[in-house]
Amino acid sequence: MTKVAKQIVVQKKEGLHARPAALFVQIANKFDAKITVKRDADEVNGKSIMGILMLGAEKGSVIIIEAEGKDAQQAIKELEKIVESE
Amino acid sequence: MTMIILKGIAAAPGITVGPAYKVGKEEYVVPMESIQPADIPLQIQVFEEALIKTRREIIELQKRISVDMGQEEAQIFDAHLLVLEDRMLIEEVISRLKKEQVNVAYIFQEVLKKYISVFSKIEDEYLKERISDVNDVGKRILRNLLGRERKSLKDLQEKVVVVAHDLSPSDTAAMYKRSVCAFVTDIGGKTSHTAIIAKSLEIPAVVGAETVTAKTQSGDILIVDGNTGTVIINPDEETLDSYLQEEQKFKGVSEKFWAVKDMPARTMDGVSVEISGNIEFPDEVPSVKLHGGQGIGLYRTEFFYMNRKDLPTEEEHFQAYKFVAEQMNPHPVVIRTLDLGGDKFLSQFDIPKDMQPFLGWRAIRFCLARPDIFKLQLRAILRASVFGKLKLMYPMISGVEELRQANAILGDCREELNREGIAFDKDIEVGVMIEVPSAAITADLLAKESDFFSIGTNDLIQYALAVDRTNEKVAYLYEPAHPAVLRMIGNIIEAAHANEIRVGMCGEMASDPIFALILLGMGLDEFSMPSLAIPQMKYLIRSVSAADARNTAREALSLSTAKEVELFVRDRINDILK
Repeated sequence: MTKVAKQIVVQKKEGLHARPAALFVQIANKFDAKITVKRDADEVNGKSIMGILMLGAEKGSVIIIEAEGKDAQQAIKELEKIVESE
Repeated sequence: MTMIILKGIAAAPGITVGPAYKVGKEEYVVPMESIQPADIPLQIQVFEEALIKTRREIIELQKRISVDMGQEEAQIFDAHLLVLEDRMLIEEVISRLKKEQVNVAYIFQEVLKKYISVFSKIEDEYLKERISDVNDVGKRILRNLLGRERKSLKDLQEKVVVVAHDLSPSDTAAMYKRSVCAFVTDIGGKTSHTAIIAKSLEIPAVVGAETVTAKTQSGDILIVDGNTGTVIINPDEETLDSYLQEEQKFKGVSEKFWAVKDMPARTMDGVSVEISGNIEFPDEVPSVKLHGGQGIGLYRTEFFYMNRKDLPTEEEHFQAYKFVAEQMNPHPVVIRTLDLGGDKFLSQFDIPKDMQPFLGWRAIRFCLARPDIFKLQLRAILRASVFGKLKLMYPMISGVEELRQANAILGDCREELNREGIAFDKDIEVGVMIEVPSAAITADLLAKESDFFSIGTNDLIQYALAVDRTNEKVAYLYEPAHPAVLRMIGNIIEAAHANEIRVGMCGEMASDPIFALILLGMGLDEFSMPSLAIPQMKYLIRSVSAADARNTAREALSLSTAKEVELFVRDRINDILK
């Protein structure tokens, strides 16, 4: 099983809130891989809008996206784009 | 238990005693119940079914919104769906269900609370908005969960007094004909929806009882005195006795009216008027006939659209109209076309909240903008018109222009039916509900292009006097006897008669005995009211002479204030009814 992890700085000016959060979850759900998002001590399911929102990741905060599964590589690639684009 | 006496507004007459049943504004409080480990799979299934049902509801809603309001609006529901399908939420519910072994609805409620409380602590405008999404979806799921668990009103063994902050038309529609013996609400006025429904169901109602929901628990014994507007919570035995006696007396009075219910509504000097009933449901037809109604003066059709997610079909409209036409035949039935807006909203459309709903996008304005919806109803009315004597009436017409536009759409429907070879009454009468001051003032112009008028006093009065009848602070200004109102009514009747068309009245004013003499004297041809009020009105009409009524009207029209008018007629009416 492939496991990929990537540390990313949130670039979106509204943070990982609002539409980016919804988009993130929608994309995450396209993949079979298990997706986890970590910020400091918090760790949430990346396929859950509740989880992502509760993470409260503002612009500039550092998060780690972890994907585990066959399509983990691709998942990270696409999710990264959302978080890093401004 | 201490007895508490509350004063409210007497909205529908009668006295009754019964246990309270509180109806919240979708505030469900689910009690915790233990379950057996063996029940867990079933509870999970219940939960999944509720999620599936909710998903279906949201998708349907979304589809309709995207057709009606555009893609942009419909996107709101994407967020709802995400919440609904949220893995964290679902997993948390299921894992807690297994661990805590209590009913799934309770667990769901608790999980929902947790999320909402976490969200509300985060300083973020977007998240604050999401709270309402989570809330909306949560309530939907909870409702679907409870749909399988909740004891509904219709399962109750005894009749209950429904206690609520306010009742919307869709609330009462769900209760219709179930075991309700009275309504009590915190807010509302004499003409609120609760009052109208209570009168039609012939049960007492007290509205504007301010703190009643705060002071009542479900199960408390309540005396509801709809004659004086009193509500007594947990009465002592002495009070209860005296009220039960009062109740008997109230029934005794109406027997005198009952005796004349099937006689013609003719004055002592031989002038006949028509007294007919107002209905909202086909089921109410027998009640109109039982009480001696000579027709249906107002058939409200909004209920087709309430408490449902889809739009009613032409066939549904048709079946209902056909039934009512056949049942009342040969007596006339006036069908009022869709009058949504104001305090009645279409659940299908999520119409943006007007700041001033009574002045907003409603009734004929909505129908003219949405001929697709309007035509369904018009076609159904036309098709049903061969099964009895149907008349068609447009609400909220503000001038000749709107009447012509509505008639043009009706003309299209006629042509369509002709082409399709479907029969309809080619001479169907088409009338205007006069409820906007501009229509009242231009009644002479409208009369030239109408077959009849019906005065809708509830709205006419509030528009003419600039009083929001649902606002308790100004409700006292809502005076049917205001000289401005009487003059307007006089003007409408005069204009109609000059053009040889008949005028009815279907607002609350038509059933209030206080105004009967004045209206009769001004020449009103038809009084339409909740069926319960018909026998008394017949008795009244039969006890007076038209010549006397004309003098009374003339005198009343010369008085300066509503108080003076009421004072002038009250004693006379009380004497007649004594």
